[in-house]
Amino acid sequence: MNITLLSLRVSGAAVLIGAFVGIPVGTLLGLKQFKGKRTIMRFVDVMLKSVVNTFMGLPPVVVGLVVYLLLTATGPLGWLRLLYTPTAMIITQLIMVVPIIIGVTISAVGSVERSIREKALSLGATEAQAAWLVLREARMGVLTSIIAAFGAAISEVGGIMITGGNIRWWTRTLTTAIVIETELGDFAMALTLGAILLSMAFIINLALTIVQLKGARR
Amino acid sequence: MPTVEVQNLFKEYSGRQVLKDITFSVQSGEFFVLVGPNGAGKTTLLRILDMLEEPTSGKVLFDGELVDYSTKEKTVLRRKSGMVFQQTILFNMSVSDNVAYPLKIRGESNIEQKVKTVLELVQLKGFERKNALTLSGGEAQRVALAQALVTEPELLLLDEPTANIDPRNISIIEEVLSSTNREKRTTIIMATHNMFQAENLAHRVALINNGEIEEIGKFQEIFGRPSKPVKNFTRFENVFSGQSTASTEDTSIIDIGDGVQIEAAFKKSGYVMIHVSPEDIILSTHPIVSSARNIFQGNITQILEMESAVKLKVKVRENKNFTVQITKKSFKEMQLSIGSRIFLAFKASSVQII
Repeated sequence: MNITLLSLRVSGAAVLIGAFVGIPVGTLLGLKQFKGKRTIMRFVDVMLKSVVNTFMGLPPVVVGLVVYLLLTATGPLGWLRLLYTPTAMIITQLIMVVPIIIGVTISAVGSVERSIREKALSLGATEAQAAWLVLREARMGVLTSIIAAFGAAISEVGGIMITGGNIRWWTRTLTTAIVIETELGDFAMALTLGAILLSMAFIINLALTIVQLKGARR
Repeated sequence: MPTVEVQNLFKEYSGRQVLKDITFSVQSGEFFVLVGPNGAGKTTLLRILDMLEEPTSGKVLFDGELVDYSTKEKTVLRRKSGMVFQQTILFNMSVSDNVAYPLKIRGESNIEQKVKTVLELVQLKGFERKNALTLSGGEAQRVALAQALVTEPELLLLDEPTANIDPRNISIIEEVLSSTNREKRTTIIMATHNMFQAENLAHRVALINNGEIEEIGKFQEIFGRPSKPVKNFTRFENVFSGQSTASTEDTSIIDIGDGVQIEAAFKKSGYVMIHVSPEDIILSTHPIVSSARNIFQGNITQILEMESAVKLKVKVRENKNFTVQITKKSFKEMQLSIGSRIFLAFKASSVQII
């Protein structure tokens, strides 16, 4: 059970922190396309969004490798002594998850009609209040970004394997445990863990989807 | 002292002049109406007054103070005015939350009471908990009006607030506007191409065409007094406006835009409003060879079966629709349906000037 909780804790923390970083950044970038009239601005805008979109498909193993190299004893951040800890795993998944949240938030915010923002301004909103309203109108899409991010995080294995080290009682999660059990030939155990992983993902997505549908109903 | 003063205002979009040397002033408490055809620049002018766009050159003064479009102070001025857009925009929340929004962002108190009062004014009591996006077009526009009115603005800007809604909702909105102007002394600047609205509501009218103000004055001074019967039943159908050019044979060609020209049996040059009665238009499924001077081809976009007759909306160009009234019998015999390609014809003498 310990490993299930760790899976939840690591992925949950990564998504939560990711949301705090990704949603504001995504909103800012999503609103940018309302303005950018000058060609340079538009170029920067397109480049930025392309980079975000590329990073949405970042291979977890590569992220894991980079984080490992940063955190390893001789690496630039080695003094933090974070390698092979849950924190290292959260950092790994965070890096993976942030572009997903930013990317989906950009498109959610961008798809809110520009007239909504204008209307808010016209009613006397400050720029910040108008941005908040646009984000509120885009809430369904933003929730989708959270669902996508959590799905990617909870099922991820390559990255946390490298940075967490798959240490029993310490950094072993559902996914990394499945890898070990499979290698050991205990397929029954591996399958059981797989079933737990799936049903857990299902329950969490069920909850998020209910929230989403409730918000969508008019 | 004038509340709104516009001086030598120009607006350009990538080289195209949308507004040319606009100058006018609106007195405090005045109901000022901008009339003119689509694309005349009415919307752009209102958007500039609402500070959603900057003028290319020229000045706007509110209460004698020059508006600085570059500052962050826009919010301060915007909070003194309210605007209703032609295309109704509401937020995905309940009706009362929509109306409360402008109060909340101002940090006002007593929100509930104010929302209640304004919803009663626009006759939407009982709609509070409904999601605003489920409302009909007319109801939604009344919510938008409530949003603009709830803060008791000094200045109300209205961009064709009744353009896409049904007569009943139009009359509610007109009533609210007129009472607000009368009782609260709210200054109102409204754009419309509904001449009857302009005549009924405006203290003064500015005729705007091709980005220029052609005339400013009382409605009657500009348009004369339209005859009552024409007025009543032409209320929303087949009213067009455009530049008329008199020809030598006692007729005029009126260019109503989008490449549509109508020939009329009168001689008049300049800007005119015309009307063609729906009963005077003949429909045919085949090209018509006749003495009728006006022949167009279009598609049926709407069918309204009434008690004794059928009204059809025929789209001739993107923004040019004709309403045609035919008997139920001919409707059945011609086997018309939405999308049917159809020819319509009417005589030059069926074109009335209003």
